[in-house]
Amino acid sequence: MNSGAKQLPPERLVELYRTMVLSRYLDERVWLLNRQGKAAIAASAQGHEAAQVACVEATEPSKDHYLIYYRQFTAMLALGTEPEEMLRGFLAKEREPMSGARQFPLHGAHPRVDLFNFSNVIATQLPQAAGVALADKLRGSDAVTIVFFGDGASSQGDTHEAMNFAGIHRLPLVFFCENNRYAISVPISKQMAVDSVAGRAVGYGFPGVLVDGTDVQAVYEATSAAVEKARAGDGPSLIEASVERMLPHTTDDDHTRYRSAADIDQMSGRDPVKIMSDLLRKRDLISELENETLHSEAKQRVNLATDTVDAEAYPATEAMFDQVTGESWRDS
Amino acid sequence: MSEQTVIEAVRDSMRSEMQRDASVILLGQDVGKRGGVFLATDGFVEEFGEHRVIDTPLAESSICGIALGAAVNGMRPLAEIQFADFLWPAINQLVGEAARVRYGTNGAKTAPMTIRVPYGGGVRGGLYHSQSVEALLAHTPGISVVAPATPYDAKGLLSSAIRTDDPVVVLEHKRTYRLVKGEVPSEDYTVPIGKAEVKRPGSEMTIVSYGLMLHYALQAAETASLNGVDAEVLDLRTLRPLDEDAIVESVSRTGKALIVQEDTPAVSVSSEVAAIIGARCFFDLDGPITRLGPPEIPAMPFSPLQEAAFMPSPEKIFSAIMKLAEL
Repeated sequence: MNSGAKQLPPERLVELYRTMVLSRYLDERVWLLNRQGKAAIAASAQGHEAAQVACVEATEPSKDHYLIYYRQFTAMLALGTEPEEMLRGFLAKEREPMSGARQFPLHGAHPRVDLFNFSNVIATQLPQAAGVALADKLRGSDAVTIVFFGDGASSQGDTHEAMNFAGIHRLPLVFFCENNRYAISVPISKQMAVDSVAGRAVGYGFPGVLVDGTDVQAVYEATSAAVEKARAGDGPSLIEASVERMLPHTTDDDHTRYRSAADIDQMSGRDPVKIMSDLLRKRDLISELENETLHSEAKQRVNLATDTVDAEAYPATEAMFDQVTGESWRDS
Repeated sequence: MSEQTVIEAVRDSMRSEMQRDASVILLGQDVGKRGGVFLATDGFVEEFGEHRVIDTPLAESSICGIALGAAVNGMRPLAEIQFADFLWPAINQLVGEAARVRYGTNGAKTAPMTIRVPYGGGVRGGLYHSQSVEALLAHTPGISVVAPATPYDAKGLLSSAIRTDDPVVVLEHKRTYRLVKGEVPSEDYTVPIGKAEVKRPGSEMTIVSYGLMLHYALQAAETASLNGVDAEVLDLRTLRPLDEDAIVESVSRTGKALIVQEDTPAVSVSSEVAAIIGARCFFDLDGPITRLGPPEIPAMPFSPLQEAAFMPSPEKIFSAIMKLAEL
């Protein structure tokens, strides 16, 4: 460990763990709601929790921008999204705050932080993130843009175009790749001829770093360095967090069709919630009783949110005609 | 007021919009020192600086995607795609993304961005420098599509586009850039998006057109008037949203409609105009709704005789007018 690297204080470690546990219970719940026929679709963040929570921890939600994709379950919670708000997305309820339940869960724009996700077309958010960062640079703002994407997105032309432009203009942008080694069923060996996405950064003139995405301290250090660099006007970085996709691609997928039993089994040793729990116990930052309480509180929180949202109404049909176009003219 | 070409009017609009609003930035390949391939941004980098006149890499998808990102973060980007033929790599960022920002965020985000797209043929541009791309764009709810034909409309509609809070595609017919001249006020003004205009009043039929074909239609209408047929010429100016009321008002008065476009007719703007006329002017029609366009081949050939055969012309329009008048 680099002695100059930023360390997470112990009390923050416990808070990050709390978010990860809540994320895990909520994640499990939406899969259950899918199997009950209530949630039409869900993509899980199980295995990605440490990477997401540590990345967000290194940013400033009051001024930074977040362009996410469909798997940013834990990042959303880390940014203060309430479980009810997220469940309203999965159950497509009227009070859903991101898109009025027009879009898939976790899509639209966040009601409080500048987080958005327009699309399911993979990697479209990367050039958009370059545009967001360009606007900040032109205005002289010190906000940083974080764009999340997966290994699948790294194959798209938009990813190349965005990284190239960000490098040329030294944009205040952090490319955060959660590499779980599968684009639905296509393994990394059929996605790229090299070992790492991070290595590509050299071709765009900025640093790329590969970190263990199950290690909150490692992700936090790498992201903090990238965010500080971007905020100081020293340009973009690429972080590749190596993670596991513990569940199939979505609730509509069955990964036993394309992953070996050994490949699936090995993931239990890379479960970030378990790794974090062991770390906190080992460092004596949480007692067994406190851990049990933390788990039962998270479970209760998810139960309460489920009961609340399940009883809520769907958006009225006529609401589909809102916000098709705006008032065309600005005052001025 | 002074006489200007279309390209001068386009330049005037952009310059005055950039002067009045610091959030307007230009993006595109060659928009900097080169001043754009058609010189639309000639002198801009000197006047506004490299931070507002941004020469991008040759990468259309990201030109539109970056414009979109800057637009949702407080800028009013004005992007240039060099030729409409090169818009296809960007189509997802435009049709799939920008068009749905307002709807997909339930109004929390909007994308005040303008994409200028030189289009159209008759310039020996062959398959990849002649395309008319309006049908696919105008099919898309969530974006506006304008196609000015005159210098006055080019300046006013571009200024409207830049001030609009949602994405607008401005289709500029490249053959009109230096061919068409007209009076243009030196001061700021806007032409409303979604409003057609009668460019030549007439009583016996309505020719509906836009872009370069508007000028050919006006020439053909003059020739027809010497031959005893008084045709009205309606300039659509905006292709989405279409000015249905203006189309219906004119055709229900004249009783006949000839729709002229340079784009291939199948599933196109003329299809939509014909459907509107069929639905709303049925009892006023004195003849079949008639459409004139190029043949249904994949693109405009390069070789001169074939290009001329592909393009509608004043002569072809005149023949169509006389044929419809006799029915």
